Amino acid sequence: MNAILRLDDVHTDIGQYRVLHGISLDVPEGGVHVLLGRNGAGKTTTLRTIMGLWRARKGAIVFRHHDITHIRTPDIARLGIAYVPENMGIFGGLTVEENMRLATATGKFDPARLKRVLALFPAMEKFWTRQAFALSGGQKQMLAISRAIIERRDLILIDEPTKGLAPAIIRAMIDAFREIATETTILLVEQNFLFARSLGSTVAVIDDGRIIHRGGMAELAADEALQTRLLSLSLAAHQ
Amino acid sequence: MTNLSTLLARFGGVNLLPVALALLAFVLIGQPSSWVTLTVAGLAMGMMIFLMASGLSLIFGLMDVLNFGHSAFVSFGAFVATSVLASLGSWVTGGSAALNALALLAAVGAATAFGAVGGWFFERVIVKPVYKDHLRQILITMGALIVAEQLILAVWGGAPVAVPRPAFLTGSIVVGDVAVETYRIFAFALGLAVYLVMHHALNRTRIGLLIRAGVENREMVEALGFRIDRLFVAVFMAGSALAAMGGAMWAGYQGLITPAIGPEMMILVFIVVIIGGLGSIQGSLLGAVLVGLLANYVAFLAPKLSLASNMLLMMAILLWRPYGLRPAIKG
Amino acid sequence: MTGDLPSAPPRRIPAGRLAVYAIVGSIGLALMFAPFLFPDLRAQEVAARICVFIVLVASYDLLIGYTGIVSFAHTMFFGLGAYGTATALKAMGPGFDAILIGGGAGVVAALVLAALIGLLSLRVKAIFFAMVTLAAASVMLVLASQLSDLTGGEDGMTYEVPRLFSAATKLLTDADGKTLRLFGAAMNGKIAAYYFVFFSSLVLFVLMLRIVGSPLGTVLMAIRENEMRAEAIGYRVVAYRTAIFCIAAVIAALAGVLRAVWLKYVGPDVALSFAIMIDLLLMVVIGGMGTMVGAVIGVVVMSLAQFYLKDLMEVGAAATADLPLLPDLLNPDRWLLWLGLLFILLVYFFPAGIAGTLMGKGTRK
Repeated sequence: MNAILRLDDVHTDIGQYRVLHGISLDVPEGGVHVLLGRNGAGKTTTLRTIMGLWRARKGAIVFRHHDITHIRTPDIARLGIAYVPENMGIFGGLTVEENMRLATATGKFDPARLKRVLALFPAMEKFWTRQAFALSGGQKQMLAISRAIIERRDLILIDEPTKGLAPAIIRAMIDAFREIATETTILLVEQNFLFARSLGSTVAVIDDGRIIHRGGMAELAADEALQTRLLSLSLAAHQ
Repeated sequence: MTNLSTLLARFGGVNLLPVALALLAFVLIGQPSSWVTLTVAGLAMGMMIFLMASGLSLIFGLMDVLNFGHSAFVSFGAFVATSVLASLGSWVTGGSAALNALALLAAVGAATAFGAVGGWFFERVIVKPVYKDHLRQILITMGALIVAEQLILAVWGGAPVAVPRPAFLTGSIVVGDVAVETYRIFAFALGLAVYLVMHHALNRTRIGLLIRAGVENREMVEALGFRIDRLFVAVFMAGSALAAMGGAMWAGYQGLITPAIGPEMMILVFIVVIIGGLGSIQGSLLGAVLVGLLANYVAFLAPKLSLASNMLLMMAILLWRPYGLRPAIKG
Repeated sequence: MTGDLPSAPPRRIPAGRLAVYAIVGSIGLALMFAPFLFPDLRAQEVAARICVFIVLVASYDLLIGYTGIVSFAHTMFFGLGAYGTATALKAMGPGFDAILIGGGAGVVAALVLAALIGLLSLRVKAIFFAMVTLAAASVMLVLASQLSDLTGGEDGMTYEVPRLFSAATKLLTDADGKTLRLFGAAMNGKIAAYYFVFFSSLVLFVLMLRIVGSPLGTVLMAIRENEMRAEAIGYRVVAYRTAIFCIAAVIAALAGVLRAVWLKYVGPDVALSFAIMIDLLLMVVIGGMGTMVGAVIGVVVMSLAQFYLKDLMEVGAAATADLPLLPDLLNPDRWLLWLGLLFILLVYFFPAGIAGTLMGKGTRK
């Protein structure tokens, strides 16, 4: 299997708290890969550690053939990794256009690509010159994702995009993600198993800072006993 | 009531405060000619304070660093400009307006450049090691302020120094029974020009876009692939340069300066930044104009209350809006 | 500088802690017997100043060290106590009633102002608070110099203190009716004044030790370490902050009363100026924030440095007289330059200060 991103025994501390206790994870190239786990399991910390926003105390993170464990966040981003944080990281005082322009390397849009992105999220075109703080939660999430794909990236890290969104918007998002995954690898962090199941090709389950399960999504979806054992908490919360 | 407030908002909301203040002063002062003189003086003073305050506000907005050493740049700017003017002799005092202007340009330019270089040093050596630690930041910048003030004393001494004013900026323009000092008009124009340039840079350039984004959410700017630390240095240099420029202008306005010039102005600068809201240059401009006008009106109406009036203004505005009139949006 | 991971060996013999207590103990004893140990007037002056400043710095430490509040208004409260006492003594004549009324008024003014500032601006960021207090203190300074009818302006004012504290008062007389001398110290009113200052300071200092050891102190430190968590646990952070800000203000005002009674003079330079605020900052940081005993060490070190650093610089300036600029930098008037540099280095490398470093405490936020 050809991994685009590899985490090897990553330990991360936040202040005095030890959060990740040795995460080892291979993200294969292409498709959507899901990191499942309940609140506080270490999902967000894993993504932040990959982005260099928190530093691994021990272990190694390799993106393609670059060891990114110790390099700066901007340099990690420039290698072709986009990050959509849990709070979406929208700049509320900037317009939708400015938010997206910021994510381009040169400050200029590629017209064809922009057209495709706007076709994926028509609301962005509608609110193009509006300040982003005025957008609804779902629209902000769409903006955050548009921003991540406005230039081609090799890997997109997305943190719980469905949190607090209405089912109709979630369905639209599933379609968008399928489209995006045709050209990019997505590492999706989720608690919502139903959403994750409809997209993911592989899945890893994290609990208490450790990976407790790795495998194909189809196998997990078929094995209800395993689901119950691994995910009872998150399933209960979302049904 | 809501109708009134939406109406007010449509015509500029809090931006109307200086206008309201000027109208109130007009009624209280009663003599149109004095009122015009005071208003022009207030606007000029406001613009010079704006130069000093905007840098501080932006530095804070972007980096969460309150540089208590900012006033050192005001003092350095004042003294560097004065030294340059003094060394140019007849260029400054002679009749040729072109040479006058050149001397002024050299003085203000030298002060500004000194501010930029000093800002670079300050950011790299003093502030950078203590990002994210507010207590030590306040202490370190305070310590740096002490050192800077002592250096100024060591180099220029403690006695008052006269500032030569370029000949073409002396005198007044007289319209009817209203006399307006030329220097004030110049100070106002320069401040306005700087504001417009800053406004343009922030809203129409890529660096400006990055700065505005950085003020809201530094981490996300980094996650999008931009080195925020380089932005920090740039903004710190620009902010310090503006403070020095403001100090240079203020020195020319005062005509006589002592090393206390920085600390004295700093009180007003802090009040301006608090009133205006940290991190926004519109807020700084609004606060500076308010403070400048109020200082001049009150100095005329009730001289003893001059500084206290600005303090009261600050208290009132804090009660009304704890984060100031126009704070930057924080992500 | 996040805290080091716990790696310190358990139950290390606290030699550093012992050393700190020994130093503080000997300073305490020296102050206690200062009139007998250092009978000349100048030394007594220094000792009395040290006593008052220990209280002032310790009360400042309640804010900056224990609660993480940076205020620049501390001299303002100090000044309110001093000016209140002075104006009353001047207006009502020398008497304990004047000290009580004037000092009381100053303390109440400090309390009210502190409550106002606290409630108004302790809600927002630490930095914002620092600015507001700086602005408030500056305005107070200008007011004091402008309202010269009441305050004496820049010149300040002199006044008489109660007869008991006057140098002309003989407390004990020898056989000839002259003032008795014990171990070289004259038993006159000055010694009564000194012990009034000393014991009042001692009481205030012990009171502050009790405060930091009390549940209130624990809550404050919890807030300092993690404001969000303290709020989440249910502590009303603003209320606690305002409370300690008021307590510190009252203690600072009381220190001002002591200063006014001892000096028989109050002016901006001794009770209100920004230079005093800088001194406080230097003392609290040099001594060690958040330690209380650090205040004692900081005040003594700074007071001694003010004398000896100047001497040292005099020597340096004379030795480098032929070089450019250097003699100017070594001019004894520039002693703050070197202290400022020392201060910066200290904040970088020993943020825990002398007491904190000796006692092996970690760096503080």
